[in-house]
Amino acid sequence: MRAPPALSASAPRNGSRDSVSALRRSASSAAAEMSASSAFSDEKGGSASEPEYGHDPASGGIFSSDYKRHDDLKEMLDSNKDSLKLEAMKRIVAMIARGKNASDLFPAVVKNVACKNIEVKKLVYVYLVRYAEEQQDLALLSISTFQRGLKDPNQLIRASALRVLSSIRVTIIVPIMMLAIKEAASDMSPYVRKTAAHAIPKLHSLDPEQKDQLIEVIEKLLADKTTLVAGSVVMAFEEVCPDRIDLIHKNYRKLCNLLIDVEEWGQVVIINMLTRYARTQFLNPNINESLLEDSGEKAFYASDDEEDEDKKAEAATLAKRKPYVMDPDHRLLLRNTKPLLQSRNAAVVMAVAQLYFHLAPKAEVGIIAKALVRLMRSHSEVQYVVLQNVATMTIKRRGMFEPYLKSFYIRSTDPTQIKILKLEVLTNLANETNISTILREFQTYIKSMDKDFVAASIQAIGRCATNIGEVRDTCLNGLVQLLSNRDELVVAESVVVIKKLLQMQPEQHSDIIKHMAKLIDNIQVPMARASILWLIGEYCEHVPKIAPDVLRKMAKSFTNEEDIVKLQIINLAAKLYLTNSKQTKLLTQYVLNLAKYDQNYDIRDRARFIRQLIVPTDKSGALNKYAKKLFLALKPAPVLESPFKDRDHFQLGSLSHLLNAKAGGYQELPDWPESAPDPSVRNVEIPEWSKCTSRKDRKEKKVEKPFYSDSEGESGPTESADSESDSGSGSESASGSEESGSGSESEDSGEESESEEEEEDEEDQKKKRKKLDKTKPKKPVVESAESEQSSGAEDRKRVRKAVKNQKSASESESESESSESDDESEEESEEESESDTDIRKKKAPVSKQPPKQSKKESKKETQEMSLLDLDDFEPSPASAPVTPVNFLSSSLVSDLEGLSLTDTILAPTTIAPSGLIKMYELLHRITGEGLGVEYCFSRQPFSPDPNMVAVQIQFTNNTNSETKNLHIEEPRLQSGMRIREFAEIEVLAAGESVTVVMGIDFCDSTQAANFQLCTHTRKFFVSIQPPVGELMTPAFLTENDFKKEQGKLMGMNEISEKLTLGGKCVNEHVIVERVTATANLSRVPCGSDKECRFAGKTVSSGCLVLVTVATKDTGGAQLTVNCEKMVIGTMLVKDILQALSQ
Amino acid sequence: MIHSLFLVNASGDIFLEKHWKSVVSRSVCDYFFEALERATEPENVPPVIPTPHHYLINVLRHRIYFVAVIQSEVPPLFVIEFLHRVVDTFQDYFGVCTEAAIKDNVVVVYELLEEMLDNGFPLATESNILKELIKPPTILRTVVNTITGSTNVGEQLPTGQLSVVPWRRTGVKYTNNEAYFDVVEEIDAIIDKSGSTITAEIQGVIDACVKLTGMPDLTLSFMNPRLLDDVSFHPCVRFKRWEAERILSFIPPDGNFRLLSYHVSSQNLVAIPVYVKHNISFREGSSQGRFELTLGPKQTMGKAVESVLVSSQLPRGVLNANLNPSQGTYTFDPVTKLLSWDVGKINPQKLPSLKGSMSLQAGASKPDENPTINIQFKIQQLAISGLKVNRLDMYGEKYKPFKGIKYMTKAGKFQVRT
Repeated sequence: MRAPPALSASAPRNGSRDSVSALRRSASSAAAEMSASSAFSDEKGGSASEPEYGHDPASGGIFSSDYKRHDDLKEMLDSNKDSLKLEAMKRIVAMIARGKNASDLFPAVVKNVACKNIEVKKLVYVYLVRYAEEQQDLALLSISTFQRGLKDPNQLIRASALRVLSSIRVTIIVPIMMLAIKEAASDMSPYVRKTAAHAIPKLHSLDPEQKDQLIEVIEKLLADKTTLVAGSVVMAFEEVCPDRIDLIHKNYRKLCNLLIDVEEWGQVVIINMLTRYARTQFLNPNINESLLEDSGEKAFYASDDEEDEDKKAEAATLAKRKPYVMDPDHRLLLRNTKPLLQSRNAAVVMAVAQLYFHLAPKAEVGIIAKALVRLMRSHSEVQYVVLQNVATMTIKRRGMFEPYLKSFYIRSTDPTQIKILKLEVLTNLANETNISTILREFQTYIKSMDKDFVAASIQAIGRCATNIGEVRDTCLNGLVQLLSNRDELVVAESVVVIKKLLQMQPEQHSDIIKHMAKLIDNIQVPMARASILWLIGEYCEHVPKIAPDVLRKMAKSFTNEEDIVKLQIINLAAKLYLTNSKQTKLLTQYVLNLAKYDQNYDIRDRARFIRQLIVPTDKSGALNKYAKKLFLALKPAPVLESPFKDRDHFQLGSLSHLLNAKAGGYQELPDWPESAPDPSVRNVEIPEWSKCTSRKDRKEKKVEKPFYSDSEGESGPTESADSESDSGSGSESASGSEESGSGSESEDSGEESESEEEEEDEEDQKKKRKKLDKTKPKKPVVESAESEQSSGAEDRKRVRKAVKNQKSASESESESESSESDDESEEESEEESESDTDIRKKKAPVSKQPPKQSKKESKKETQEMSLLDLDDFEPSPASAPVTPVNFLSSSLVSDLEGLSLTDTILAPTTIAPSGLIKMYELLHRITGEGLGVEYCFSRQPFSPDPNMVAVQIQFTNNTNSETKNLHIEEPRLQSGMRIREFAEIEVLAAGESVTVVMGIDFCDSTQAANFQLCTHTRKFFVSIQPPVGELMTPAFLTENDFKKEQGKLMGMNEISEKLTLGGKCVNEHVIVERVTATANLSRVPCGSDKECRFAGKTVSSGCLVLVTVATKDTGGAQLTVNCEKMVIGTMLVKDILQALSQ
Repeated sequence: MIHSLFLVNASGDIFLEKHWKSVVSRSVCDYFFEALERATEPENVPPVIPTPHHYLINVLRHRIYFVAVIQSEVPPLFVIEFLHRVVDTFQDYFGVCTEAAIKDNVVVVYELLEEMLDNGFPLATESNILKELIKPPTILRTVVNTITGSTNVGEQLPTGQLSVVPWRRTGVKYTNNEAYFDVVEEIDAIIDKSGSTITAEIQGVIDACVKLTGMPDLTLSFMNPRLLDDVSFHPCVRFKRWEAERILSFIPPDGNFRLLSYHVSSQNLVAIPVYVKHNISFREGSSQGRFELTLGPKQTMGKAVESVLVSSQLPRGVLNANLNPSQGTYTFDPVTKLLSWDVGKINPQKLPSLKGSMSLQAGASKPDENPTINIQFKIQQLAISGLKVNRLDMYGEKYKPFKGIKYMTKAGKFQVRT
C-alpha cells in the first residue's frame, strides 16, 4: 500500500497553499476573489511545482485562475459548514461537467466521503467515481466508508454503497468487490440484489479473470423471481457470458412470464436475449413453408391431371416426414411478448418486432407492422432506425406493410435521410397492383427542391421499372421527359437510369438513344456523359449515322473530359472501329493517340490494350480475331437491387444491422437447429406445458385454417394474421391460461396436420370422382354453369375437405337443415338467404333429373356451397386465363375472416347465382360488325386489386371469320379511376364466345368508364356505367356490430324513406332477394322478423353501407340506408325503392 | 452500454460531458463534427456514426445534440429512446431544455444523469422517482436553499423504486383533488394540387394531469373505443383489462404524464377541417410570379379554426415577395426563402387571403418546382375523430375528485402540394 506516503506528500503542499489563501479569504469577500486570483496569476504561472498546468502554456492564464480557485475550494471543503462544502462540491462538479481537470482536489474531496449531508455525499461520490482511476491510492481511503455502508440496515444505503464501491475502477479492491457482490446477491432486498446484478459487468470489465466466479453469481441471480432483478441480471449475462445459453433453460419460462412487468429497459435486453435463445432451442416455424411454396401451391390448386396427384402426394409425404409442432415454450414467448408491442418505448416495440420477425410463423409476423408504423410518428432519429429495419423487412415480407403504403409517403419537411429511406420502402413495396399509385407519387417527388432526393427518386423509378415489367415503358417515357429538365443533376441521374433500363430491351428504343446522343452537347455531369457514350457504343448498330459523329465530337473535347468519360470514349472508339471501321478508323487512331499520352495511367493502359486488341498488326496477338466478341458480347442487363437485400442476417434492430457491419460484441443470431434440442431442460417443477399436446390436435382444428391459407398467396399472411390477432388476442390475454396457449399453438401445427389429412382424403376423392364420372354422363347438360360448378367443386375438394372436416360436426347439420326447410331459423338468416338462392338453382335440375339422384347431388352441393364459396368464382373454362389462383386464396381469407368474428356467422354468402346476374350490352353485334360484347358485374372480388370492381365481359364473334387481338386501348377515365385490363385475346374463332374479367376502380362513383375496344381491324368506343349497387362488396357484421356501426352513421349519413311494397313482395325472402339483386350486399342476422338488414362496403374506399328494411303490419315499409358517402346512399335508396315497389 | 454523453450546442461546442465508465476523450466528437459539416441541414446528421473504436449515437433536440458514445453492440433505438427520455426529463425539471438552462443547473443535470444511468445501463427513468431523489429547482426552493442552506436532494431515501407501482410516489397529499385529461388529436395529411386528400391520418394522445391524494385507482371508458385502431400506453395502464373490455384502468403517476397515444383506424375517412385555394405561378421569361392563397374552413362541426399559421418554402429563385394579407401578418425571409403567414382565426364570412407578387432573379429561368404549403391550426373543444370519453371513475380512495376533460384538434404534419 502506497497510500500513506502519497497522502503525506500532498499534505504539505496543501498546507502552504491553504495558508496563503486563508489570509486572502479572511480579508476579502467572494466577490473580490477574481481580482485576487489575477494578482496571483503571474506567480503561479511561473511555478514549476505544478507540472500538470505547466504543460499547456497556451491556456496558462485560465488554469492559473482555476488553480487559485482550487485553493479556495479546498478551504471550503475543509470547513465545518455543510453549506460551504456543498458550494465547493457544486463548483467542482460544474468543472467536471465542462471537462476541466479537477483531479488535484482529490485528497480534499475524498475526506468528505463520510459527510452527513446527503447532497454533499452524493456529489463526492460523483467525483470519486470520476477520478478514482487516476488516484488509486487515495481512493482506497474511502473504501472503508462503503464497507460500512454495505452493512447498513437500510436497504437503499446498502445498495448505494455497493453501487459506488463497484463503480470505483481500482484493481486492488477487486476481492472486496467480489465479496460485496456475492453478499449482495443473497441480500433480502430485491433492490440490493438488482444493484449486485449491475455491479457484475463493472467488475468483469475491471478484471476479466473473475469471470467464473461472476457466472456463479449470475446463475444465482437468474433464479431470482422478482421483476426488479430480471432485467439487470440478463444485462449482466449478456455482457459477461452471452454464450452460456445453458444458464437460461431453467429460467426461460419464468422470464417469459415476468417480462411484461419488468421495466422497459430490462424488457429490451431480455427480449433480445430470448430471441437468440429461441433460435437455438426451437424449430423453424416456417420450415414447411418452402416445401409448400415450391410444389405445394401447384399441387393443391392446379388441376385435374393425374400426374399432379403424384406430385401432391409427394409434397404431402415430404411435409409428413417433418411434421412441425410448435414447442409450447416457443408459443409462450410469442404470446407474452405480443402485448409489449403496445409499449410507449420505441426500443421495446422494436425488440418485439425483431423477435416476431425472426421467430414467429409467417402468418403471425404481420401484427408487428402496425406498431412499427406507429413508431414513424416519433422523433426523426427513431424514424430513421425504424425505417432501416422496415426496409429490410419489406424485402422478405412485403405483404406485411402493403396496407400501410400511404404511411410511407414523403413530406417536403422530412429530413433528406428519412426521405431516402421512405423511398426505399416504397420501392420495395411496389408491385403490379399498386405501382400506378406509387409512380404517381414519385412524379410529385421529382419536382421537389431537394435535389439529392430527386436523384434518389429517379433511381427508385428505375428500380420499379426493372422489377415490374408492365410499367417499364411508362417509366422510360417519363424518364425521357426528364431529360429536358432544367436541373442538370436530374438529367444526369435520368440518363444513368435510362441506360440501365435500355439495356434490357435496346432494340425498340433507338429513338431514345438518338435523343440522348443529342444531349451530350449539354450535359456536363461526367457519370451521365459516360453513360450516354457507353449506350451509343453498345448499340451503335441501331444508330449507325449518329455514332461516328458523336465520336468526332468527343475526340475534339477528349483532353478536357473527366477520366470516366475518357475511358468510355476509348470504348466507343473501339466498338465503332470494329463495326464501322471505314468511317471511324482515323478517329479511333486519333483518340488512341491522345489517350496514349494521358496523365492517368489507367487511361494509358486502356489505350494500349485496346490498340493491341483491335488494330490488326503483323504481330498482333491471337486475341485479335476475338476482339469483336470481346467488345460486342451480349451484356446481361444490370439487376437493380435494394441495398437492404440480405441485411436480415443481422439481428434486426441491432447496431450491426443498422451499419450493415458487425459491431464489437455483436452476438450472431444462430440458425435454427435441424432438430429440436430436448425441451425438458426447461422444466422446472411441474411440467405444466407439456401435457396438452394430444388433446389440442383434435380440439383446435378450427383455427388451423388461417395458417393453411397463408401458404398460398402473398396477400394471405397479413390478412389472416390480422384476423387471427383480432380474434385471438382477447381470449389469450384475458385468460393467459395454459389452454389458450395450446390453442394458438396448435394453430401452427395446423399446416402439417392439414397435409396429412389431405393425403387421407385423396383416396376418398378418387372414389368420389369415379362415382361422379358415372353420374355425369347421365346428367343432361341443361345448365352449364351448374355442371361446371360441380366438376369444379370436385377439383377443389382437397381444399375444402379440410374445412369440411372440422365444421361438419356442428355446422353442416344446421346447414342442411336450413336448406331443406325452406324458411325460418332466424339466427342463421345469413345462410338462409344463401341457401335460398341455392334452392332456386337446384330447382332447374330437379325437374329434369330423377328425383333421388338430384336430391343427393344437390344436397351435397349446398353443403359445399355454404361451407366455402369457392364455387362462386369458379371460373368458366374460357375465363380461366384471367382469373389467377389468387382468387382462391383471397376468398379463403375472407372466409376465414368471417369465421373468426363469431360463431354465428358462417361463410360469406350472397353471390347471386349466374342466372340472376344481369347482363348489360357493351357493344351490339350490329354496331360491332359482328362482334357482340356483353358484360355483367360478377360480384366476385377482383383479386389483383381488391379496390376494383370485377366486370365480366363476354365476347361473341358472330361473323364468319376470326377476330384477332381483342384488347382495350385509351381508357378515358375520371380522375382517380383506374382500369385493369384483361389480357389480350389473341384469336376469337368464328361463332365462338369467350369470357374475360377486367377490374375497374370506379372510385365509388357511378361515372362511366370509357375506353376503346380494339380488334385487329376496328376500334369501338364503349363505356361501362355501374349501377350503384355494384360498387360495393358484402361486409359481414354481427347484429351488434351492425347496430354500433349504424349508431355511428346517424344524422346526415342516414337516409330513410317510406315505401309501399310491391304486390309480389309478400314475404321476407322476396325482399331479401330484391335487395341483394339490386346491390351487392350481405344479409346481417337480425332478431326481429320485421326487419331485414344488409351490410356492405364500397369497393374503392371501404365505406360501410348499411341497409335496413323494416316492414310494417299495415303493409308499408321503411327503408333506411346509412352510408358515409351520401351520394351513394341516395342513389342506393332510389334503386332499392324501385326494386321493392315493383 | 452507454459509455459517455456529450452535449454539443448549435455552434459546435461541447458544453457538458458525463462519463459512466472510464473517461473517453472528447476528441471522439471530431467524427461527429465531421458528419455535422457534411450534412446540409442540422437534422441530416446520421443518428449513428461509426468511428474506429466507438459508435456515436446522437439525437437533436432544441438545437442541442446529445451525443452518446457506445463501445459495443447495443440496439440503437435503446440509446435513442433513452436520450430522448433524458431530454424529456430536463424539460420537465427546468421548463425548457436549452443550453442556458442546462448550464445554470449543471449540478442538477449531473445528479440526474448519475441517477438515470448506472454503468451505462438505465436505472431510474421514471420522472416520479427522480423527483423524489432530486427535487426540481424552483424559484422558491432556490431562495429557501440559499437562506437555510438546505439542499435540493431528497432528504428521505426514495422508496418508489421498491414498490410495485414504481411510477407513483407514496404519500401524495393534495387539498384540492383534481384529475384533468386532455384529448389532443393531430391530423397528418397530404393534400394534392386539386385539393383531394392523398393520405390523412389522425393520431391522438391523452395527456393527463392528475393531482390526487393517496393511491387512487382510476378507470376511464370511451363511448366509442372501437375507433382506436392502434394504441400505446403508459406502463401504468392494465393491458389485459383493455384487451378484454376496452377500458383504461390504471393507478396514475403523480402529476403530468401521457396516458395513451392512439391512431384512429385508417378505414374511417378523415374530416379535413380547412381547405386551401392557391395559385402560385411563375411565367417564363418574366421576373414576376403570382401568389394567391385563400383559406377556408370545412367540416369543422361548427367550431372555429384558430391559431392558423401557414408556412411555405418558396423556390430558391424567388428574391422577394410583395404580398397583401387580408388579415394577420406575413414575413418572408429572403435568405432561407421561408414565407410564413400568421393568420390567426379563420372567419367563415370573410375568408383570409394572401395575394401579391413575387420577384424573381432577373434572367433566371422559372423555377420548375412548386412550393408545398404547411398549415398549422387548432380547433378547441373538438376531437375530430369523434372520440368521446364516457366516464371516469375512481376507486381506492374516499374523497370525491374534481374531474375535467378537454378536447382539442391540431394540425400535425399537414401539407398541401401545389
